[in-house]
Amino acid sequence: MSLTTEDVNKIAHLARLGVDIQDVDTYARDLSGILDLVTQMSGLSTEGVAPMAHPMEQCQRLRPDRVTESNMREKFQAIAPQVELGLYLVPKVIE
Amino acid sequence: MNNKTIAELARGLRSGEFSSVELTQDYLERIRQFSALNAYITVTAEQALAQAEAADKRLAARTADLLTGIPIAQKDIFCTDGVKTSCGSKMLDNFISPYNATVVEKLNRAGAVTLGKLNMDEFAMGSSNETSFYGPVQNPWDVTCVPGGSSGGSAAAVAAGLTAGATGTDTGGSIRQPAAFCGITGLKPTYGRVSRYGMIAYASSLDQGGPMTRTAEDAAIMLQAMAGFDEKDSTSVDMPVPDYSAGLNQPLSGLKIGLPKEFFGEGLNGEIAAVIETAVNEYRKLGAEVKEVSMPNLKYAIPAYYVIAPAECSANLSRFDGVRFGYRCDNPADLADLYTRSRGEAFGKEVKRRILIGTYALSAGYYDAYYLKAQKVRRLITDDFKSALAEVDVLMGPVSPTVAFGLGEKTGDPIQMYLSDIYTIAVNLAGLPAMSIPAGFVDNKPVGLQIIGNYFAEDRLLNVAHRYQMNTDWHKQVPKGFE
Repeated sequence: MSLTTEDVNKIAHLARLGVDIQDVDTYARDLSGILDLVTQMSGLSTEGVAPMAHPMEQCQRLRPDRVTESNMREKFQAIAPQVELGLYLVPKVIE
Repeated sequence: MNNKTIAELARGLRSGEFSSVELTQDYLERIRQFSALNAYITVTAEQALAQAEAADKRLAARTADLLTGIPIAQKDIFCTDGVKTSCGSKMLDNFISPYNATVVEKLNRAGAVTLGKLNMDEFAMGSSNETSFYGPVQNPWDVTCVPGGSSGGSAAAVAAGLTAGATGTDTGGSIRQPAAFCGITGLKPTYGRVSRYGMIAYASSLDQGGPMTRTAEDAAIMLQAMAGFDEKDSTSVDMPVPDYSAGLNQPLSGLKIGLPKEFFGEGLNGEIAAVIETAVNEYRKLGAEVKEVSMPNLKYAIPAYYVIAPAECSANLSRFDGVRFGYRCDNPADLADLYTRSRGEAFGKEVKRRILIGTYALSAGYYDAYYLKAQKVRRLITDDFKSALAEVDVLMGPVSPTVAFGLGEKTGDPIQMYLSDIYTIAVNLAGLPAMSIPAGFVDNKPVGLQIIGNYFAEDRLLNVAHRYQMNTDWHKQVPKGFE
């Protein structure tokens, strides 16, 4: 399995991940190598095997629907890149 | 006193040989002296001394826990209220955590003194501590070598006597491999045994926190404080925590040890194989029965892991978007540019590789071939472990195919780096507990013996490790220059 630089750019876009243009070739080579490693799985027949998502085979626990957390807005916003009047600021989204 | 065990220090604090403040000052001085190792990202001297003063009061009032007044340090993946929690990344270089991880909360409550935050591979992705934004950590046994990873700072700090004990996390071997490379004791508990709340997530179905110490006895003391059900972690297991120190001395006569033949194949350094054989013979002398077992699907563990872990990583790391906390790029043109550039500028190469692979494996058209296939392989590997552990009490083998390698030796080839986790990764896929304990040296570098147990059999593992340490002195060796 070999990925092209086009593939890398497409995946990077899906992940909203900036990749330097001069590194794209290296990523294409490295990722192709990793996919070759991963493809070794095809040597093992998994017909009829149920997928395993979690070691304990647990279901998500439910809890009563009541407020348990206190409001820590100020504490959380103190570490935000940019806030104003209690709101997180981002570049304009709607014209 | 820097090379004493937690158990010895606890006795010293009680007999009045030294106070926690004196002990803490001593460790802080030593951290400064050996700062070239780069084991710490942040030293919290002021807070440590305040904690030590409080601990001395508890000791005087005889309300102390075993860990009260003992200097420890946290891997920088555990959120600590009011202290920088970087996870080894530029992304979180400016992140002052607004809350404590449950593990931090529990160790604080036990009265442990936190000396600071330890260096690690960026977001715990790496096997050599070389992907850290804060630079590599040196191995105290040979400063031209890596300490292992991702909990490299933890392992180096314990080995060099820069803390009495440390926390680590293990997603594919990140406690056991650095413990082996630095000649210390490391325990990765059963998945769900230690809360993951406030432990920055890499691969949520594999990540597990655990203790890194000089001895199994110390690991029992630390695990006692760290383990237990936590309603803040939806995968925490609600099971009582046994007394881990109580069973340490149980005799090993009749212990059944399985040696997976797949652990001893080609690729394993011959001298390491000999060290493991000698260790197993020691167990025979202690009354254990040894038999070979086979786990035919083990060879598919690395391929399955490098789908599952990156897939989970790509989802987990999507939260780092430059909006609410962490790094934000300068002058973003629009929201897409804000996301893309903040992530692109703040994540290192290895983290990017794993996000890209994970995104690809989960993308439309590839999900079944990669992710679903890997989950099925994961079950077959787990079934292998279950049938082996139905026949024997513990499995033993090497932790790593080599001893600590040179700094920079494998950074150019990610695949070579991945393959060095061949003996540790399968355990995480199955969710089993496992330890690394010092068992000898090759080329003057420590070799770790891996002991794998059944689900929630941490007490048995600690017992098996402790009895070995009662009869050998590999765990008492100290690197030259750090006596």
